[in-house]
This record gives sequence, C-alpha cells and structure tokens, in this order.
Amino acid sequence: MSTLTYESALEKYDPVFGIEVHVELNTATKIFCGCANQFGSAPNTNVCPVCIGLPGSMPVTNEKVVESAVRLGLALGCSIRESSRFARKNYFYPDLAKDYQISQYDEPTCYDGELEVVLDDGEVVTVGIERAHIEEDAGKNTHVGGSGGIQGADYSLVDYNRAGVPLVEIVTRPIEGTAERVAEVARAYVATIRDIVKAMDISDGRMEQGSLRADVNLSLRPKAADGEDQSAVPFGKRSETKNVNSLRAIERAIHFEIVRQAGLLDAGQPVHQETRHWHEDTGETTSGRSKEEAEDYRYFPEPDLLPVEPDAAWVESLRGTIPEHPAKRRARLQEEWAFSDLEMRDAVNAGALDLIAATIAAGATPASARKWWLGELARTANDAGTSLDGLAIAPAQVAAVQAMVDEGKLNDKLARQVIEGVLAGEGEPSEVVAARGLEIVSDDSALEAAVDEALAAQPDVLEKIQSGKVQAAGAIVGAVMKATRGQADAGRVREIILQRAGVNP
Amino acid sequence: MTDYTRATATEQAAALAAGDVTSVELTQQHLDRIAAVDGPVHAFLHVSDEIALTAAAAVDAARAAGEELPALAGVPIAVKDVLVTEGIPTTAGSRILEGWVPPYDGTVTARLRAARMPILGKTNMDEFAMGSSTEFSGYGPTHNPWDLDRIPGGSGGGSAAAVAAYEAPLAIGSDTGGSIRQPAAVTGTVGVKPTYGGVSRYGAIALASSLDQLGPVARTVADTAALHEVMGGHDPKDATSLDEPVPACTAAVAQGVDGDLKGVKVGVVEQLGGEGYQDGVRSRFEESLDLLRARGAETVEVSCPSFEYALAAYYLILPSEASSNLAKFDSVRFGMRVEKDNVENTMRATRAEGFGDEVKRRIILGTYALSAGYYDAYYGSAQKVRTLIQRDFAAAFGKADVLVSPTTPTTPFKLGERLDDPLAMYLNDVATIPANLAGIPGMSLPAGLAPEDGLPVGFQILAPAHEDARLYRVGAALEADLVASWGGPLLAQAPELEVAK
Repeated sequence: MSTLTYESALEKYDPVFGIEVHVELNTATKIFCGCANQFGSAPNTNVCPVCIGLPGSMPVTNEKVVESAVRLGLALGCSIRESSRFARKNYFYPDLAKDYQISQYDEPTCYDGELEVVLDDGEVVTVGIERAHIEEDAGKNTHVGGSGGIQGADYSLVDYNRAGVPLVEIVTRPIEGTAERVAEVARAYVATIRDIVKAMDISDGRMEQGSLRADVNLSLRPKAADGEDQSAVPFGKRSETKNVNSLRAIERAIHFEIVRQAGLLDAGQPVHQETRHWHEDTGETTSGRSKEEAEDYRYFPEPDLLPVEPDAAWVESLRGTIPEHPAKRRARLQEEWAFSDLEMRDAVNAGALDLIAATIAAGATPASARKWWLGELARTANDAGTSLDGLAIAPAQVAAVQAMVDEGKLNDKLARQVIEGVLAGEGEPSEVVAARGLEIVSDDSALEAAVDEALAAQPDVLEKIQSGKVQAAGAIVGAVMKATRGQADAGRVREIILQRAGVNP
Repeated sequence: MTDYTRATATEQAAALAAGDVTSVELTQQHLDRIAAVDGPVHAFLHVSDEIALTAAAAVDAARAAGEELPALAGVPIAVKDVLVTEGIPTTAGSRILEGWVPPYDGTVTARLRAARMPILGKTNMDEFAMGSSTEFSGYGPTHNPWDLDRIPGGSGGGSAAAVAAYEAPLAIGSDTGGSIRQPAAVTGTVGVKPTYGGVSRYGAIALASSLDQLGPVARTVADTAALHEVMGGHDPKDATSLDEPVPACTAAVAQGVDGDLKGVKVGVVEQLGGEGYQDGVRSRFEESLDLLRARGAETVEVSCPSFEYALAAYYLILPSEASSNLAKFDSVRFGMRVEKDNVENTMRATRAEGFGDEVKRRIILGTYALSAGYYDAYYGSAQKVRTLIQRDFAAAFGKADVLVSPTTPTTPFKLGERLDDPLAMYLNDVATIPANLAGIPGMSLPAGLAPEDGLPVGFQILAPAHEDARLYRVGAALEADLVASWGGPLLAQAPELEVAK
C-alpha cells in the first residue's frame, strides 16, 4: 500500500463526512424511571426494576427529556414532529437491560435542521441536520482479566447506573465541499454542539466523561476535474469510526481515515463499509464488524409507550428559550467589547465569556473585566485546580472591586487583596476593605509628610531628581509605599515628590 | 364451623363483616382445600400460606380495632403467576424464572394488598401465557375440575381451575387473546378482560404488550365486578393506563339483576358462531339469547367480515412483540443461568434450556416477522388488519350496545389432544382474539352444559372500549336467569373432587 500524506490525499480525493453526536441530557432523573441521572455514583446504586429490565416493569417517558430534546431541536433549526412513536431496537448485549433499546426510528421528534458552524477565521459552514432523536443509554460493561474484551475476559461487570440515561442523537446529513478544511469543520461542528448544549444547560457537554460522544462517518471520492461539478461524483464507501471522544481526537481520526482510505484507493483496493474503533493512544482506527454482517435490529413501534406529542403552543413557548447561536454571540460580543482576536480566543478558551459579560453588566468596562478574569482570577483558579466559574466570587463582586479602583479608593495591589479576601469568604468587597483596613491613603498631608521623610533620608536621590533624572523618583515612591503599607496611590505620591523637589511633572 | 369455601367472595366478605368468620379462619379453609384437592388439579405453582395467614391476621386485628376496611378485606385471592409479587416466587410458568423472587410488587399486587386481600399463592399458566390449555406450563398442566382428563383452558387455566375447585373465591387472570375468557368458559366460571388500559399492566410479565390486559376471575358476575373495582384505575407507572375513573361495575351488576334489558340491543356476531362450533355450544348460546330477549333485550345480527383475518394477524403481532419482550430473559440479571465459556454462549444455552417449545416457536415466528425485508409483509399487514377489525367493531357497535358469541367453539378437549397441532390449539381463541386486537372489554360467563358431553359452555359478551359496565349489567341479568333456570349455580353440578387425606 502506498503511503500518502494527508495533504497529498486531499489533492487527489474529495472527503465527504457525517457525524452522529450523542448528547447525554442532564435531567434530574432518567428517561423512563425515577432513578437519579448522575455520573460517578457507586455501581448499580441508581437503579430500579425499570432500568434493570426486571420482568413486569414498564417505562414511562420523562417529560423533561422531551422538553430538552425539543429545545435542542429548535436550536438546531429542526422541525418538530407532532407525533413520534418510540421504537424498540432489538439486540442482545449484557449492558442492555431489556435486550432492546428504546429509541426513535422512523419518527424522530426533531428533523430537517441546519446549523451554522463558524471556523476560526470566521468562515461559516452550514451543516445540514437530518434528525435529532430521543433514546435511552445502555449500562456500562467492564471486562476484567484475560483479553480485556467481552469474548476473552475472565469475567465482566455490568453497571446499570447509565442504563436509561436520556440521550439525544444528532445526525448530520452528508457534509460535502469542505476539502482541506474537513477536519477543522468536523471539530468546529462538534464544538458548536457542545457550546449550544452547555449554553442551554441541557447537558454537561463533557466529552471526557462521555456526556457528549461522537461517531464520525467518512468517505472519499475522486476529485472532480477542473470545471466539473464535484457534487456530481458519487460518494465512496464510508467507514464509521465510533466513540471519538474529544475535539482533538475528531481531527486526528479524520486525518487517519483520509490517509488510510486514500492509500487503499490508490492501491486499487476497496474501502469496506464498516464500523471502526478509535484508539486514542495510537491515533489509529481499527476494523470492527462490517456493515454486511451487521445485525438486523428488528425495529418496531414500542407498545409500552404513548407517542411523544409536544403541544404546538408549548413548542413555540420553548422557542423563546433558545439562546443565541454561540458563534454569533461570540462575534457580537467581540465587537461590542472591542477585544482583539487573541483576547477573545483567550476568553473563550478560559471559559470566561459569561463571567466577563456578567461583570460588564454589573458596571465594569470590558477591558477591566477581562483583566481580572484572565489575570488574577485565572491564576487563582489554575493554582486551585478549578474552573473560573468554580471560584467563590461573583461577577458583581469583581465589578464592585473595579469600581473602587476607578474611584481611586483602591490601587491595583489593594484591589488584589480585596479579591483575595472575597475568595477567602470574608464577605462583600466593602466588608473586606473595612475589615482589612485596605482603603487607600488619599490625605495629601499624610503623603507629603511621608515624602518629606523619605527625601530627607535619601538626599542623594533628591539631588538626582533636581538634576533632571526624574526616574530616580521611583526609589522615593517605593519608600513611601512601604511606609504607608501600600495604601497610597503611587501616581499621586510621584506628583508630590516632584512638587517637593521643585520639578515640573 | 361453617365451610365458607363454596360461598361467593361477596358472601365471604359479608360473613367477615358480620363477624361470622375471621379472615384467618377463611384463609385457612382455603389453604386446607388447596391441600386437599390441588394435587390432582394442580392449579397452584406456589402456595404462600404464611404470607396469606399473616395478612389475614392483620385484617382481623384491624377489624377488631374498629378500622374501616375495604369491601373485600380479608377475602383471600389467588394470583396468576404472570403478575409479580414481592417476596412470593414468580415464574410466569417458565423454568427460566424458576426460583425468582421479585423485589417489587406489580401495581395490581399492590392494590390487592392495599385492599387487604390475603394472597393464597400463584396459579399455573402456559409458559409466558402462550397457550390455551396450560399444557405448555414449564411445571406440568393444570387439570379441569369438571373432568381431570381435560384441559382447564389457558393460559390462565390455573386461576380458573382454582376458582372452579373452590380453592379460592377470586383470582387474577391475564388475557392476551382469551386467556381469561376461554378458561372461564371451559371451567364454568366467570372471567373479564377489561378495556385495554383499564387495569395497570405494571408488574404483569409481558407477553404482547399491545394486547395484554389483567382482569378478574370468579364464580359469579358480581364477584368479578367487585374484584375489577379493586384492580382498576389509572396508574402513572403504566403509560398506556387510562386516566379515567374505574367503571361502576358493581352498580351495573345491581342494575342487571334488578332491572330489565328493555332498549338494550344485543348484536350477534355472524362470524363468531355457526360452522366449526360444537352443537351443544350453539344450543346453549341460543338458549341464552332467548333469556336475554325474555328480559326485554332486542337481538340483532351484525357482521364483522375482517374477523376472518383476526387469528392470522394475532399470530403475527403476538409473536413479534413477544420475541422482543422475552429477550430480557438472558441470564444476566435474574433467573436461570447455564454457565458457558462466554456471555454469548451462556445466553444461548440458558434460553435453549429455560424456554419450552411453544415459547421458542413463537420467538422464532416473531423474530422472522420483524426481520428486515419481512416487516411490511407481516407485522405491517397485521397492523392493517387490526385497524380493519377495529372498524368492524365500530360499525357493529353502531347497531348494538353489546356483542355476543360463544366464548369458545368447543367444550374442553382432552389433555394431549392438540399438543402436536398448534393450529387446532390456536383455533380455541378464534372468538376471543378480536377483542384484544381492538382493545375492547369482554366477559365470559357460564351458559350451561353441552348436552352431548356434559361439559361447560361459555357465553361471551363484548362492549365498546370504556363501556365495561355494560358487560356487568347484561352479564348479571343473564346469569340471574340462567341460575334460576338451573336451580342453582352451574358449578354445583360439577363432580365432587376426591379429597386427599
């Protein structure tokens, strides 16, 4: 097999891809029973007769799941089906308690949407959404000893805590025309879904915990000759790479599959339509079962449940709860705040957008809000190993500190101490200022006395200043700040020094 | 002390209320009766004597303390083994669940306990309710108390036989295609399949979810009415449960017994009778029609042409749903496990050993019918037939308030007679299946004995969905006139069972 580079593969072939994203909803309870929907509990503690499929048990649909799914569908520009039946997807597997999964098959609640995905350089790609349907998650198998797989392990453990956790599966239409930006688009698409579900607070959107999982379908077709219509060239056979569970992995998996499939095609070998497994450690995909020998899931309408029939007026009222598209909101905020691209990216990456926005809303300027959240507070969070929104300080408190700075009541150093006090639970900023005695010394006579004292102690410096070396005043400023325990406005001290020295500022 | 086992549930409740007997005494009398006759009858798979007596003692204490008690408090009951009962083994007649003790109560079980009814035990049934004779039970057949060589019907042969043999005054049944009504017919008892959704299915081990319905089994129409009112009503744990009040069953019984049937139109279904129906079954049916007319009812002929396809549609829908419902019996979480080298082979071996032939036959049928490429031709077509049958019923109920037919084409056949002929076995349910496909309520009550073999014949009444009360009104009226014509209950004519020492 020839070994092409990624770039040369994309010179010869045109990639077409599609992504299925499973979003775990963060409803309080599971989709068909009252068990807690909670990650990280001790195994088999969030279970009941329904979610472990005991004989006689029956499912009842959690209305909150339908609400979240409809809202997500609306955010993806989908139409909402008036009536959709659940279906049973039948297959045997130990983590599937009933040995069928309750899903939606031919009647997804949300269908025909589209989502604008904004790339880093601002280019917008519109991704077609085929459907977003509601289904239940399965439990989790752990294979112990032996091969570590289901067939060769010494034994296997099953945890049904995840069984019945609500999922929405979002399926794109084939995405064409992305060419050399294919991996970037795929990544941005999943990132956008993640941002949307987080902004709507319908999912934790944590890929590392599996609350957002992606399967990537990819195929290659020959590049059309110049002047010919690429979309007229039929799709090639596709692979479906399962469980690609980080943004970086999505890019890597697409790179790998493009090089692999191009190598096969170059060598005149067929690409098999198959499921492939992603290996995070090696950055490779390996063959799973092929679609030819795929199971027949024997879908049929779930007789234990009524169809999902969201009331039209209710759907319209939910439409009002859909937040602005994350990328568009970012663009709008960047313009309003006059942040540079780099500043904006830092803010986004730090997860500080909402915090900055709230701080500005509480009265701070965009620049000062950014300075606090990406400076002092980012360092504190980093040291504490927490996220910014995990810090014990509210945007309004940050704004209050900044207001005191702006009024000249605090200097930067004192302001940091006030922040430190708030974080330590000492109360509101004003309370910290009072309790710690942090208010700036603004009484000129006190400062003048301190300046005179410092100048008297360092006559050589006074001489230097008077001979024109104004920067020598720094030493006196330092001495005064020390004498006032930092509670002085350094700018004002400097002015007084120059006055006393008889030099024009 | 007076033996109350032959009294109706209503009479037993009255005796308890009057202080003539305690629930412990009453329960013990039934347990003694079970010990005496159940060897040859084999209506019970499990007798929960301690649990029953504990519940009985609690009722007696409550009554002594002057507590207000539900109508049937202290009256014991038998429960078909299809319904899960916390702390009492539940197998659905299958070896694959042998020894399984459910950690929870089904909704109807919970309602029985709340009604303070001691649970005597679990009754035999065809495995997972697949059958019409109880011969497909994983634990051996039940025998008809009228003739121990004959079938007691199925799948609820155990519940019907227990009631017919005076082992219990009341029993819970489940009816997917006739499993309450057909056993009632062949044992001379009364059984009711309520409107689909009228009684919660939560805790009833599913055969075919869109057809299954739990219902009451007793010796009189009034007793089924009383039990229906205990069982019925909305249940938030069953999404298909109807959110409406329980039908006024006992009031309808009183109306039927006391009043006439003037203005009531009784539709005789052309397709459920005639050819293929035993002579004695037809003559008893005609006799009952005469009695209804004598009470003032008007009888009209109605035609339901699509019923011709009901059996075929039923035997596609039922196996399809069953093949999926029975997948969970995979050895992983409960029940039998035949350990093999890996999980796939363990599942395979467990299901091979745990399921009987009829269950396997229907799982294979259903798996096939749902397979890609066959779904439309089989499951899809069957659902269309179902719609046609519903339309036939709608048209028929446009002309009549209730529809009637013989419950079964024949009186009970001999054990073993149809074991190797599934089609002949399936034909037993030809008259009962349409009601399940349409979700409407149905009742079977005794219409007498066929002159040629002296065995019980059942009379079936069907009503539109939600109109269960009509069954009780018409059924109680007919029952009153039949009992008067016989000079006592039909069961009094049954041979006495030999009593074990």
